[in-house]
Amino acid sequence: MTGKKKSPSAIAANTIVFLLMIAVFVLPFLYIILMACKSAKESALMRFSLPETNLLFQNLGHVITFRDFEMFRALLNSTMLTVGAVTLVVIFGALFAFVAQRKNDRLAIIMMGLLVAGLMIPPSVVPTVSLLRTLGIYKTLHGMILIDVALFLPFATMIFRTAMTGIPRDLDEAAYIDGAGPLPIFFRVILPLLKPAIVTVVVTSSVNIFNDFVGPLYFLPGAKNVTAPLTLYNYISQFKTEWNLLFANVLVVSVIPLLIFIFFQRQLVSGMMGGAVKG
Amino acid sequence: MKKRGSKTALTMSYPNWFYLPAVITFAIFFIWPTLSAFYYSLTRWTIFNATFIGIENYVQFLSDPMLSIGLKNTFIYGILTSGLKTILALPLAVLLTSGIRFKGFYRSLVFFPVLVSTIAVGITFSILMQPNQGLFNVILASVGLPRVDWLGNPKLALFSVIFVDVWKGIGIATVIFMAGILAIPQDYFDAVKLEGGFYIKFRHVIIPLVRNSTFTVILLSFIGGLRTFDLIWAMTGGGPGFASDVLTSIIYKQYQAGFYGLSTAGNVILFFMVTLLVFPLRSFFNSKEIEV
Repeated sequence: MTGKKKSPSAIAANTIVFLLMIAVFVLPFLYIILMACKSAKESALMRFSLPETNLLFQNLGHVITFRDFEMFRALLNSTMLTVGAVTLVVIFGALFAFVAQRKNDRLAIIMMGLLVAGLMIPPSVVPTVSLLRTLGIYKTLHGMILIDVALFLPFATMIFRTAMTGIPRDLDEAAYIDGAGPLPIFFRVILPLLKPAIVTVVVTSSVNIFNDFVGPLYFLPGAKNVTAPLTLYNYISQFKTEWNLLFANVLVVSVIPLLIFIFFQRQLVSGMMGGAVKG
Repeated sequence: MKKRGSKTALTMSYPNWFYLPAVITFAIFFIWPTLSAFYYSLTRWTIFNATFIGIENYVQFLSDPMLSIGLKNTFIYGILTSGLKTILALPLAVLLTSGIRFKGFYRSLVFFPVLVSTIAVGITFSILMQPNQGLFNVILASVGLPRVDWLGNPKLALFSVIFVDVWKGIGIATVIFMAGILAIPQDYFDAVKLEGGFYIKFRHVIIPLVRNSTFTVILLSFIGGLRTFDLIWAMTGGGPGFASDVLTSIIYKQYQAGFYGLSTAGNVILFFMVTLLVFPLRSFFNSKEIEV
């Protein structure tokens, strides 16, 4: 915006910004990596320093094989939970938003209002546990999936409803005239056009569901149900003095959300910004 | 009402059953627990049965200082995280939409903590804040300042967690502000160009025209702050003592202890807190929204 004259003061300002950014947002992560490379004894000193010998792979190996490869089970559980819940959130949310935006009658507005309330109202945890027990799906992955669907639907529906306003009604009608029924119209016409909104919903909800700690803590207890963030929590006591392993564990459970983000990054920023402006 | 278009005979109908999957899941797994919470909060509730005891749980919640501190802390947490994120994210967003070098790199940096598990962030910072060897205190000591017991001092623990919450969540606030700034038409900036300075641009163009984004940031982070749990649980567990307990951590502790009715009463109190604070704020903001 302003002219790009390289005056000394501009260079100084640029340098200060650079150093501040690195100090605030890079050093904590660098610290995690350094700690994950150290021996137990060295990590107990909590220093910000290079490891005497790099034990990263040894530590990662230890974390992964710990308790009979519990980490694999955790990553698998978290992945199934994330994929299952996000798929349903996208389909249910888009179906709802499609009809609600097109009709926009009183029923649609009331239901939309209820869903939006779900964005604010905190979930009632113990009654939910009791409901899951009654339905016989307490401590099951599909029970947890259904809870996550209910919790993440409001946000998804709101994003999809906003995005629907950008898809002309003529397209539905053209497909209708060609003889397509509601379901083919939805899957072949609407869903492909919702792609930017879908990316936003997929990335935000999958990162949140994958990293979710509270949900599994209440609704999915038990060793065989362990999820990625719970491994950290379970290990706090075990690794009390072995910070190197705890930080190696942090690295392992952070990989998948990071991959999701890198994979979708470019589409995400534009999608999120579009949604934020309109919504 | 909208015109139905010229092809009246061919206007398609949108099937109501498309609502059902979303509505049924949401009704069973969200609305039902929310409503039944009101009843259960009035009972002495174990796994097996619930005995109606009137408002006893609420009385206990509000009179026992161990429990009522959660109300105060939740309020402080919500206000401070939301206020700090708003105040810090706006200048950051201005910076990241300016002509500065490494803009793209900075944007990723600021957003990165959002992607990492809150528990992981909590563990990392509780080690950085460790009183003796923790890096924060090592740095303070190296410039001759006294060491601080970030998480062990009852007066400070909550604020230390708030600091980390702001660090972790500022990326979202910044992205929302960046979207608002980028949506401002260039004409407005051109209009004040002759009057010069960055201050004029910031004060008279950006601040008024990102108002909608400001509202979104305040609301989202306030709701998030009132509902927070993970970070407190990972960093202090509500301690020392119960100095940094918030409603959600009390709800969990009472649940673990088997006091289901009391735990649910905490949930209902949180429900009222959110509705009584957030809904009025939201309608106030809606009335003040602007068209750019």
